[in-house]
Amino acid sequence: MAQNRGHIPKSRQREKPREGLKYIGKSMKRVEDPRILTGRGIYADDINLPDMAHVAIVRSSHAHARIKRIDTSKAEKLPGVLAVLTGAQAAELTGPLPTWSSPPVFQRVIAHEKVRHVGEAVAAVCAESRYIAEDACDLIEVEYEPLPIVVDPEEALKSRGDAVLHPDHGDTNLILESKFDFGPVAEDFARADHVVKRRLRWPRSGGTPMETNGATAVWDPGSQRFTIHANTSMYNFVGWMIADTLKVPHHKLNIVPTLAGGSFGAKLFLYKQPVMAAMFAKLVGRPVKYLEDRLDASLNNDAHASDRVYYVELACKKDGTLLSFKQRIIDDYGAYFQYGVGQHGNALAQVVGAYAINSVGVHVQAVLTNKNQQGAYRGFGSEVANFVIERLVDAAADELKLDRIEIRRKNFIKKDQFPFLIPTGNMYDSGDYEKVLDETLKLLDYKGWKKKVEEMRKAGRYVGIGIASTQERSVFSSTEFWMWNLDGKIGWTSSPDSMSLKIDPRGRIYGTLHSPFWGNSPETVATQVIAEQFQVDPSNIEITYSDSDKGLHSTGPGGSRFTVMVTGAIVGAAAILKKKIFKIAAHMMEANADDLELRDGNVVVKGAPGKKVSLQDLAFHAYYMRLSMPDPEDPELTSGLDATYVYDHPVTTLPDPKREHMGIFYPIMGHMCHSMVVEVDPETGQFKFLDYACVHDSGVMINPMTLEGHMRGGVVNGIGSAASEQYFYDKNGQPTNNLFTDYIIPSISESPADMKCGHVETPSPFTEYGIKGGGEGGRMGTPPALAQAIEDALSPFGIKITELPLTQNVIRRLVREAQAKKAAD
Amino acid sequence: MSNEKITITVNGKRYDKEVEPRRLLSDFIRDDLRLTGTHVGCEHGVCGSCTVLMNGKSVRSCLTFAVMADGAEIMTIEGLGTAENMHPLQKGFWEKHGLQCGFCTPGMLMTAVELLKEKPRPSVDEIREALSGNLCRCTGYQTIVESIQRGAEIMQGGK
Ligand code: FES
Ligand code: FES
Repeated sequence: MAQNRGHIPKSRQREKPREGLKYIGKSMKRVEDPRILTGRGIYADDINLPDMAHVAIVRSSHAHARIKRIDTSKAEKLPGVLAVLTGAQAAELTGPLPTWSSPPVFQRVIAHEKVRHVGEAVAAVCAESRYIAEDACDLIEVEYEPLPIVVDPEEALKSRGDAVLHPDHGDTNLILESKFDFGPVAEDFARADHVVKRRLRWPRSGGTPMETNGATAVWDPGSQRFTIHANTSMYNFVGWMIADTLKVPHHKLNIVPTLAGGSFGAKLFLYKQPVMAAMFAKLVGRPVKYLEDRLDASLNNDAHASDRVYYVELACKKDGTLLSFKQRIIDDYGAYFQYGVGQHGNALAQVVGAYAINSVGVHVQAVLTNKNQQGAYRGFGSEVANFVIERLVDAAADELKLDRIEIRRKNFIKKDQFPFLIPTGNMYDSGDYEKVLDETLKLLDYKGWKKKVEEMRKAGRYVGIGIASTQERSVFSSTEFWMWNLDGKIGWTSSPDSMSLKIDPRGRIYGTLHSPFWGNSPETVATQVIAEQFQVDPSNIEITYSDSDKGLHSTGPGGSRFTVMVTGAIVGAAAILKKKIFKIAAHMMEANADDLELRDGNVVVKGAPGKKVSLQDLAFHAYYMRLSMPDPEDPELTSGLDATYVYDHPVTTLPDPKREHMGIFYPIMGHMCHSMVVEVDPETGQFKFLDYACVHDSGVMINPMTLEGHMRGGVVNGIGSAASEQYFYDKNGQPTNNLFTDYIIPSISESPADMKCGHVETPSPFTEYGIKGGGEGGRMGTPPALAQAIEDALSPFGIKITELPLTQNVIRRLVREAQAKKAAD
Repeated sequence: MSNEKITITVNGKRYDKEVEPRRLLSDFIRDDLRLTGTHVGCEHGVCGSCTVLMNGKSVRSCLTFAVMADGAEIMTIEGLGTAENMHPLQKGFWEKHGLQCGFCTPGMLMTAVELLKEKPRPSVDEIREALSGNLCRCTGYQTIVESIQRGAEIMQGGK
């Protein structure tokens, strides 16, 4: 019987993808840049308020311990210290921090009774300056009673008693376990000719933006309100949760976004830093800033990323047809569980990769260990799924003696099969995977390189080619969260984004974003779409950001959703405004509203371009001539020109009540092919890029230049994830690399000097103009291709790559092991 | 700790201030002078975000004490150009998309200013060499190299 994969709703697209757009599709210079380039952008640490005090924290030196005693008396006496708080005192002032885990795993702004990882705050000091606050931290004495430490994720499955981090959740560190069969897994395995099996390891890394997380809070005793400036996102989605922690009514909190100096997920939703600053601001009666230093950011920022062990099996036919895919995943979440297993929802959105695999068996085991907890990082767990499926397809090709490219081609979902429901129920809206592959092979000059590589190998060089075809799910709806919570009712039904538009009496357009800047180009994107909608020059448009007081329901950037969502919101708000504009213009020009259109800053009569009224004159009329309008009672003709619009998710469905599928929850499916040529030095374990080419399909592009920026930057993130980055903890739970001296993010020397980027545009049939998300794909495409390239280069040794990161040491070890094995044989 | 009197010229303006001997130049510039364009990414001398020019030479302001800059001429990003009148390098970064979040950008620009003083027409390799101590998490670096080339071209009178 065919699997029930759910249904596909009708498209609500209003703006069809089309030729001849004037502003969309152009590489316009960014409107954000002039202030940033001249040092005038305001980031979290640039908030300077009169009389502002500063917080520093005492970080736990133990990975797992009871706090027996804290002596803060010396710190309190230090001149310039305003207040010192321990976990016990903080627990009186604040409630648990926000969490999405269900049942909730509670975390506090300062650890209370127990520390669960090195770097967790055990006390905090507020002082006249950061210098004094840090001095005072050194004067605080903490006595710990050590508890058993859990570091290895597979060992964590066996923890009992004192080794359990949160005993209120049972005598185990296995905090969540879920098993699903999507489709006929057993039958598909039964009809397989061959099963590929692997254990794969994806390492703990993190977004690690150049700017750390921080907040400055003000308490106004008159209005009894907090104002918090922070480099956070999601403040117009779930910012109210912070009010709960601060024990004030929700309307007594206003969150104001600053620019973010990069996020990559690390600033998805800040709560620890805002709560820390706000707690002290009320206590000392002054503005208070808490900015993480680099150590806080590595050890205590709640933003480490997927740390997974995979046991996987791929069932295939002899001819390379991929049938079914089974995986058991152990994921090390660290000490808390803020987003539950949201990272696995992401992975299941595209678990079959670009291939028409018939069924999927999933077994997720989320474990807690004594580490900084997981958050989001560019891909949010789906980048790991890309690595896993692509490694398995490579393995299948090798074991079946098929070409690595041909096996992909054979199994691709074909372009006439979209929209396509995969076994988990998620939809792939559109795509043309063969075309992306072909363009990539051309861009790299695959044939040319094949020949060159052969010659180089003959000359004794270790050169390899890697090619991976991967997915970039974009625009989440969060509807799938329910699947994981076995006791919960069906939950979220949308994750919207909003826009406010106003045309002033002189025809200038103001757009208010309800989501922040976090290193992307929100002002530029909004400007281009508004310019397109109203056919006005971008210089007439001004974009600003709302705070949460004035904010409309908006999820914010993340999951490559912003461009699609804000465009939907702009189209919605513009439609309301244009209706009014045409009504007024029809009256002013004595024309029929249906015959009107906007062109070059004017309302014109279609086919009679001489007949026009400028937007400027029309706006003036709309503001000040209310009583001259035809029907003074018309409720659509109130004075002024403004509109807001909340754009709900373009296409989403609920999970199946019987849990046969997860519904459509991450459907706007980008695709990319990454290819590269690398040369490895087996003596030193070093490798270098000889070439790099990638082609992305992010649907219709708004700004090819900024999209390409995401691709390039993402690739270098991906190189870090694949080759150098790992937050490492020793067996005592002591982190051994927390600074940029030893947590190695790629510098220019490790990055390709000449990366070739190409584009294919397969429009989405569901989003306005056919746009898809494109913010994460670079990082999501590189690791499997790089693993393949290095494996190919080292093929004379017969090495199989099953783990990342491929640091110099790891490559050296793999070569040595292979040599020892050969010698022994 | 007694404070030290220092005189520093920043972006052509002279400041007479008292500072603690341990006060970092980065904190002095950012908090005492309120010139927040200089960014602090790591506080340990690796990322280069905090790069400023001291007597024409690039220094990491997070590794320099303010007292060490007594009598010196400092140039920060705010001294380079304004939104109405950008420096050619700023124009280059704008045109070639040399920034995304912009956090590393002041350090990149100040490093590039120093480079172009020595080598008005640097090669790609020379630019890569000069930027090898500046981290950027957003751009992948290639557009930064192109931005500097473009800035050099504008400086030489190119359009
Ligand atoms: S902040 Fe000075 S080098 Fe990083
Ligand atoms: S532009 Fe963000 S760190 Fe360089």
